[in-house]
Amino acid sequence: MSRVCPNLERGRVLLLMMERIRAFEEQACIAAERDKLVLGAIHPSIGQEGVAAGVMHNVKRDDILLSTHRGHGHTLAKGADPLAMLRELFGRQGGCCGGKGGSMHIADFDVGMLGANGVVAANITIAAGAAHGIKLLGGDRITVDIFGDGAINRGPFLEGLNWAAVFNLPILFVCEDNRYSATTKTSSMTAGNGVVARAEALGIKTTVVDGNDVEAVADAAAEITRRLRTCGQPEFLHALTYRRSGHTSFDPANYRSPDETEYEERHNDPIMRQRERLRSMEIGDKDIIAIHDVAQQEMSEALRQAAETPFPDDKTAFEDVQDIGSPVVEAY
Amino acid sequence: MALMTYVEASRVAIREAMQSDSKVWCVGEDLGRGGVFGQYAGLQEEFGSDRICDAPISEAAIMGGAFGAAMVGTRPIVEMRFSDFALCATDELVNQIAKARFMFGGQSRAPMVIRKPMGLWRSSAAQHSQSLESWYAHIPGLVVACPGTAQDNYSLMKAAIACDDPVVYLEHKNIWALEGEVDRDIDVPFGSASIRRQGNDVTLVSWSNTANIAVDAARLLEEVGIDAEVVDLRSLWPWDKSAVLDSVHKTGHLVVAQESVAVAGFGAEVVATVVERASEALKGPVRRIGAPRSLVAYAPNLEDKVRVTAEMIVLAAQETMGKTIK
Repeated sequence: MSRVCPNLERGRVLLLMMERIRAFEEQACIAAERDKLVLGAIHPSIGQEGVAAGVMHNVKRDDILLSTHRGHGHTLAKGADPLAMLRELFGRQGGCCGGKGGSMHIADFDVGMLGANGVVAANITIAAGAAHGIKLLGGDRITVDIFGDGAINRGPFLEGLNWAAVFNLPILFVCEDNRYSATTKTSSMTAGNGVVARAEALGIKTTVVDGNDVEAVADAAAEITRRLRTCGQPEFLHALTYRRSGHTSFDPANYRSPDETEYEERHNDPIMRQRERLRSMEIGDKDIIAIHDVAQQEMSEALRQAAETPFPDDKTAFEDVQDIGSPVVEAY
Repeated sequence: MALMTYVEASRVAIREAMQSDSKVWCVGEDLGRGGVFGQYAGLQEEFGSDRICDAPISEAAIMGGAFGAAMVGTRPIVEMRFSDFALCATDELVNQIAKARFMFGGQSRAPMVIRKPMGLWRSSAAQHSQSLESWYAHIPGLVVACPGTAQDNYSLMKAAIACDDPVVYLEHKNIWALEGEVDRDIDVPFGSASIRRQGNDVTLVSWSNTANIAVDAARLLEEVGIDAEVVDLRSLWPWDKSAVLDSVHKTGHLVVAQESVAVAGFGAEVVATVVERASEALKGPVRRIGAPRSLVAYAPNLEDKVRVTAEMIVLAAQETMGKTIK
């Protein structure tokens, strides 16, 4: 059961963030499928917005985030500019990465977002290292690393968690469990007792949360991040959610039963649940619709501007590879 | 000037860099005990266990973790123990470290030195003997260094630590004890070859320990009246094309010698470049010496079947000059 919203203002903020992520991705999907503006594959997190909004609500701008190929929500919630993100999806000038990375490699170092990653689980060791580096330099920034349930079957999961525990690093590992590894049920491919058991086996304190209850996620993350900032030990949050879209925007996901998808859509959508919660408080439909409209309008405007932005200058194709032996100087 | 061994030279360079920059640190297995080959001997006592950091046997975490630490502003030196083990961290090096700056539109840097002791080291067999430098030369984003002398191991390590790009730093395991005079004031930029011996008759191009073998070959050639020039590339990306082309223009004859498997090895890159850009200077066929496309065995006599020797280089030089001297 969803808990009561303890703080109305936070409830609105969390709803707005989820609405923004949803609007961004729904419009990006249309831009991909209908308008052919998005050039490569995108991996929507529609249905998972509660995790991004709830966790990032407790993370500061200069804290570190590493994310996955399904990272639009995390990145937006960390504070990245949706126009720069859409320009990146469209491969345009002024994109977060100058149009060189696309959806799967979005990064915004100005807000501490050190990269989505096209390789499942690869961000886990990198995030542990970022936390390690910050500890060496001396600072109180924390690191958040988000990955999916599919990542727990790759080696970097073990190596990165072990590393964080051995070196006592202030890092929050978030397993955003949407139940699917690409197009296969993760449970059918995972031995033993699953995500939590694996993290606990390494001695890492673990919390399980209903990832589609954004208030619960925000509460759990608030407690964990407070401990991280004071105790400096790694922690693990297992956030149970559901990927309502396919693996990519082009995946009809017909390997799932209609019962399953219908149930999730009607009863477990994080935005719908937060709207209901706010309605049960003092917020009326008018306000709730207004929050939705603000998000839609923001993303429509960003999309319009992104579509009008030119492609990058050809000369940037060889830039930012390396200083020594740069292809600008010698490419053969 | 000071007489140093090859292993001591890079250790001194690291020590000096760590003294002058608190952001430089080393991470890898058994570093507190000096590393497998003594490359870090005494450094943990001086700099502590945070900066000479012992790691679990987790190559992916060592490489990936050092990368994360580099992105937030430290300058890690990554120890892979044996170049063969670095293959456990290939995704981290090739997909992450080499690509991040480009993929992120220039937002990040990975100032890292990735040490991978390579090469034949008596009876180490197939998983502890490889020379894979050509793989890394093929990867955009990486600098590739292959020092063959104590001086170059000092100067190139110093350059690698100062470099803002990731540097794959391949020291040869068989020459840790090789001694040489080291002048700390000599800077060696990447992409600058060393003319180890000047000569007019034939150009011998090599790198790493095989450059030392090429110097031996040049001495043998001198005995039979052939004046060989030895070009030690020292780094494979960038590499000193001018030094090779200038030498070939002078001698008209080219032999490339490498310890690694010759097929698709860096020697092929050198030969192709010379043929593309200086074919008019060639007065004889080129010769490319390297290991057969086979594996390194344990038994010494079998191991020797893949070893490039001075005698093989001598024979190749004679062939390219059209002289077969018994």
